[in-house]
Amino acid sequence: MNKPELSELVTRALYAVAPDLEGETIDPETPFRDQFEFDSMDFLNFIIELHQASGEEIAEADYPQLASLNDCVSYLKQKNV
Amino acid sequence: MIEFKMPSLGADMEQGTLVEWLKQPGDIIHRGDVLAVVETQKGAIEIEVFNDGVLRDCRASPGDRVPVGEVIAILDGDDVSGMSIDKPSVSAVPSQAPVPDKPLSPGPRVTPAARRLAQQIGLDVRNIAPDGSGVVGLRQVQASSTETSPPKVQPAGIDFKAMRAAIAAAMARSNREIPHYYVSSDIDVTVFMDWLAQENARRSVADRLLYAVPLFRILAGTLVDTPELNGHYDQGTFSPAQTVNAGIAIAMRGGGLVAPSIQDVAGKSVDELRISLTDLVGRVRSGRLRSSELSNATVTFSNLGERTADTLMPIIYPPQVAIIGCGQIVRRPWVKDGEVHVRQIMSVTVAGDHRVSDGRSAARFLSRFEKRLTKPEDL
Repeated sequence: MNKPELSELVTRALYAVAPDLEGETIDPETPFRDQFEFDSMDFLNFIIELHQASGEEIAEADYPQLASLNDCVSYLKQKNV
Repeated sequence: MIEFKMPSLGADMEQGTLVEWLKQPGDIIHRGDVLAVVETQKGAIEIEVFNDGVLRDCRASPGDRVPVGEVIAILDGDDVSGMSIDKPSVSAVPSQAPVPDKPLSPGPRVTPAARRLAQQIGLDVRNIAPDGSGVVGLRQVQASSTETSPPKVQPAGIDFKAMRAAIAAAMARSNREIPHYYVSSDIDVTVFMDWLAQENARRSVADRLLYAVPLFRILAGTLVDTPELNGHYDQGTFSPAQTVNAGIAIAMRGGGLVAPSIQDVAGKSVDELRISLTDLVGRVRSGRLRSSELSNATVTFSNLGERTADTLMPIIYPPQVAIIGCGQIVRRPWVKDGEVHVRQIMSVTVAGDHRVSDGRSAARFLSRFEKRLTKPEDL
């Protein structure tokens, strides 16, 4: 996938776990936690969505690399999703 | 004939607004079916029925504000459960058939989080300029709140002022009526967290556990041995509960707090509890809780979670008799076997009701809990 497609995939995963944020513009640099009061449960659900949407088995140790939209896109890009 | 009344979804609820009927007169109804959706300070709640029968008559229309205890529907059938609708018993209500999670239809181009924030600060979303793509999001509401004075119009939906007032009423009652005591311990959770890391390493992404899941399971398991901390105090009498129905304090984005319950936490496997908790948080986020979840908690767990604060001194939610607060886990120098080590420490506080128990009960609970945390493999 190219970057816009990955960005779309990540955005859809975010809306799926936080339906109340559907339609929110996501600042690509700011961590989700700081931007949207994301708690641990939101974040874990987001990782699960990301895994299901991308097919990528994401190790727990990699979670810190997935804090923001840009982080997620770079991570998935690097995994050749 | 059964009179179906507007249920009380917690000590703080006085009325609810009927949003929609999910059953129509003539429909056959089974225990656990969702009859209607009611808007409360806690969002849209799915109201379940506790009897089998036939819906004969709907006494309220969408949009009606109905006081707690007023009849909203008439059902034909026997009151087989012996359970009054407006006061679910403490015993577990079996979980129902899955209910489709369709969120209330959001207005066009305003995100639900933005709508909620606008309500909380008293702004009318219709007066807020959208961004370049025509969407009113959190940022537009925040920008608008600094430049406009609050208009008079309060749209329907979750009313955050009312929610705050409801929380205040319940907590004021708690502080007025319940003689609280507090007992607290700093607990070494290193063994537990190491076990969890190993457990998660061998699990696939979708099955991984937040530490809250096994934590709640162990709390509930320990409560089974301390019945004086689990139940309801009502009209001068304490009724210990048969199961641990744990209210889980969940913060809502944009403000507010709800503590819907999970039935029989001690009777669930870790994975059953994981699924229940994920489902519950999802429905808090989408604004779809069920009536039974808001009325039959027998104890409350408040877990601050990562990147928060060390200790909390929670207030009991009446008619419950205890609430357990867990602070964030921090690495601290800790003396173990006569030497100082870096260990992961969590501060756990039990608030108990002196009309029912003493600090000794809470101290015994904490010491048992600490012991169980060193054997997470027993889960």
